[in-house]
Amino acid sequence: MQPRTSPEVGGMGHSLKRKEDPRFIRGKGNYVDDIVLPGMLWMDIVRSPFAHAKIKSINTEKALKVPGVLAVITGETLAKYNLHWMPTLMSDTQMVLPTEKVMYQAQEVAAVIATSRYAAADGVDAVEVDYEPLPVVVDPFKALEPNAPVLRTDKKDKKDNRIFHWEAGDRAATEKAFAEADVTVKQDLYLPRIHVASIETCGCIADFDRVNGKLTVYMTTQAPHAIRTVFALVAGHVGLSEERIRIVSPDIGGGFGGKVPVYPGYVIAVAASVVIGKPVKWIEDRMENLQADSFARDYHITAELAAKKDGTITALRMKTLADHGYTDAAANPSKFPAGLFSICTGSYDVKKAFVEVDGVYTNKPPGGIAYRCSFRVTEAVHAIERVTDVLAQQLKMDPAELRMKNFIPKEKFPYKSALGWEYDSGDYPAALRLAMDKIGYHALRKEQAEKRARGELMGIGISSFTEILGAGPSKHFDILGIKMFDSCELRIHPTGKAIARFGTKSQGQGHETTYAQIIAEELGIPASAVQVEEGDTDTAPYGLGTYASRSTPTAGAAGAMAARKIREKAKKIAAHLLEVSEEDLVWELGKFSVKGSPSRSKTIQEIAFAAYTNHPPGMEAGLEAVNYYDPPNLTFPFGSYICVVDIDRGTGMVKIRRFVAVDDCGNIINPMIVDGQIHGGLTMGMAPALLEEISYDENGNNQAGSFMDYLLPTAVESPSWETYKTVTPSPHHPLGAKGVGESATVGAPPAIANAVVDALAHLGVKHIDIPITPEKVWRILKEKGVAE
Amino acid sequence: MATHDIRVTVNGTPYDAQVESRLLLVHLLRDQLRLTGTHIGCDTTHCGACTVLLDGQPVKSCTVLAVQADGRQISTVEGLEKDGKLHALQEGFWEKHGLQCGYCTPGMLMTSCALLARNKNPSESEIREAISGNLCRCTGYNNIVKAVQFAAERLGKEA
Repeated sequence: MQPRTSPEVGGMGHSLKRKEDPRFIRGKGNYVDDIVLPGMLWMDIVRSPFAHAKIKSINTEKALKVPGVLAVITGETLAKYNLHWMPTLMSDTQMVLPTEKVMYQAQEVAAVIATSRYAAADGVDAVEVDYEPLPVVVDPFKALEPNAPVLRTDKKDKKDNRIFHWEAGDRAATEKAFAEADVTVKQDLYLPRIHVASIETCGCIADFDRVNGKLTVYMTTQAPHAIRTVFALVAGHVGLSEERIRIVSPDIGGGFGGKVPVYPGYVIAVAASVVIGKPVKWIEDRMENLQADSFARDYHITAELAAKKDGTITALRMKTLADHGYTDAAANPSKFPAGLFSICTGSYDVKKAFVEVDGVYTNKPPGGIAYRCSFRVTEAVHAIERVTDVLAQQLKMDPAELRMKNFIPKEKFPYKSALGWEYDSGDYPAALRLAMDKIGYHALRKEQAEKRARGELMGIGISSFTEILGAGPSKHFDILGIKMFDSCELRIHPTGKAIARFGTKSQGQGHETTYAQIIAEELGIPASAVQVEEGDTDTAPYGLGTYASRSTPTAGAAGAMAARKIREKAKKIAAHLLEVSEEDLVWELGKFSVKGSPSRSKTIQEIAFAAYTNHPPGMEAGLEAVNYYDPPNLTFPFGSYICVVDIDRGTGMVKIRRFVAVDDCGNIINPMIVDGQIHGGLTMGMAPALLEEISYDENGNNQAGSFMDYLLPTAVESPSWETYKTVTPSPHHPLGAKGVGESATVGAPPAIANAVVDALAHLGVKHIDIPITPEKVWRILKEKGVAE
Repeated sequence: MATHDIRVTVNGTPYDAQVESRLLLVHLLRDQLRLTGTHIGCDTTHCGACTVLLDGQPVKSCTVLAVQADGRQISTVEGLEKDGKLHALQEGFWEKHGLQCGYCTPGMLMTSCALLARNKNPSESEIREAISGNLCRCTGYNNIVKAVQFAAERLGKEA
């Protein structure tokens, strides 16, 4: 798309250098741990070594004698204020600190408050806890067996470990389609538990001002307003009232969904500050972060397709067991306990579909939270894209040809899916064709055949995904009853500069730049003259925050709509200044001019000045607007990815030789930032495909609790990503944009898994669960007798 | 706990400090000298967010004791800009979108600084190898590589 504005104005389509970077490249960012308040104390947390155990006693005597230690907070301390339990975002309950038993390894057991970071850690070492281990349940299938111990004994009527059963689609019609199909395929898949591991861990400073009764919390949160409301709901009964709670989310060192939930550490720090009357800082270390915070995935899926002999897919069926750990602390919209998993018909025109998901409690930390995709879209896409390849293999069809045959045709949009979604727009064949051209698909197939003849292992994998973003239309989307709109408050100063505040919160996405570009596009005020602010609940308008790639679809739209409201008032002022009627004015790129007489015009800057100095009689002074944007539908970005891998027969090592990503996220605000989002998303897609997994032994011990064992991709494993675009605007978003942050994380894993299976398909391999580690591949090579 | 009197020179400025034996260099920099550009991202010397130069060599300051830095020269991200002029690497990271959340950036800059000091014209694979001890969760490394290449070219022209 050619930009409409000049580079000086820097509206949509310009690769503007980021406004936030000057502070970051100088080491002058302001992250939570950089903040020091006068009189500030430190908190550190005692955690359980057991995954399930009764707490017989907690002895704090020795800890209180450690120099610098001031207090030890336990569940009993919090129980006095009825603060030892809190609600989760899914209306389940979660312990802040336990009074009876612990339910997962690394659960918070007590907190030490001290005068320094080191003294607090010394205090933690000196707290003595006597545990009595209880039977541990880590396997969600076993958790549902009739003789399994019931884990949530705190829930009086709970007789089993099932959290919810959820289903969508037409079961009977789907069964009929399967019965009548020429071909059916069935594949079990496991998407293991993984962790976002943003490089900054979680933390906060709770600062309760006893004189004014005001609580300020500087915290690593992606959703400051929602957190404020949760705090008011949790602690209202002890006098914390919402108008006296201020949440400040400063610079955030990566979020990816891991900084949406309320973790016990935040609440304990708040309680400590309220009780002691001094600021209390809590910063978790990496091992705490990898062992205790909320996790993603942990989905056991059985995916089935029914098809005709020619490859036409007729029906889809999926059955899923979702391991949520000991509480349902996911951040899904309330009406969607399995998130948006029902996007699992993907990019294909599947007429009949039925999907069911059962949520299960186990002795693991809370699961179901994001990994750069919070609403189970990654799980859905992996399942459909993997089983599509299984079908291609069964039919001996090329996977690209099978996809082309089943894509929802361009002319069928808006398209109503069998599971109830209305896809806004798409051109799936164009994206796949572009990806095939860019990577040289047919030549690669030829090369593969030659290599196979020589015994070399090379694979080509495709993923043609459809995303679902922009939660969401208030009719269906809420969290704890709060509708999932988002907001912008825009104020134009007399000299024609602007400040825009939003209800979202960037964690690296570059909102300070892209939101300014939206305002520049709509008003012609240069992006460099638009100050963007987020993350302070005392100043920003209420919003639901940044996750699920929702910022551009919701808050970005709110920015455009607020700017258009400003334009309405600006038009009245321009008519007054030019002494013409409003109908005689036309707007173009930052100015109103008189129809047929373009030299008679007023720029937005002149109009802004007049709004404060010479506004029409009877009109309020000033030039500002607020918009709370309630999207009419979700947005459906899509793309086609093709991955080429080579496999070492000696080590089982998978090397990504090339990876071509064609994304369509509608109209683009800043191409450079969009590419950056895709590079990062692809790397976070490669990570669980090849490297990352949080597994547990039968006693519930976390097997990947530090970066020693939880392997984030480095620059060496990451290929040089090749990115391309097609542009299919969203018909309902005011800017035609769709959002992009998570697309690549959603789309990449099946492309990689499909490539590895493709490399081994001639040996009879049909499926490999991710992460596809060298060990897994080597064992297969050994079994097939081709290991070197 | 025993304490020690040490003198460290950080970005050319000498500082005297009394430190516990166990105090980590990163905590001396962040908590005592209030140079918070150097970040902490793990406990196991993997992430590299805390990378600084100790006598010109990149080290992970979470795995160096403050007493070990006694009498030595330390360079941190705060010292890269000279007389109001950004270092070519800072320019490169900004120009090429080599950062997103900014948290790993100071460590990446310091590691890259050491790379360019010993190799004026590194290849893509040499850059990737050099920064493999610094984890970035946002960028996928593509643009960090480009940023370092930009800086190498810029410094080559200036030399």
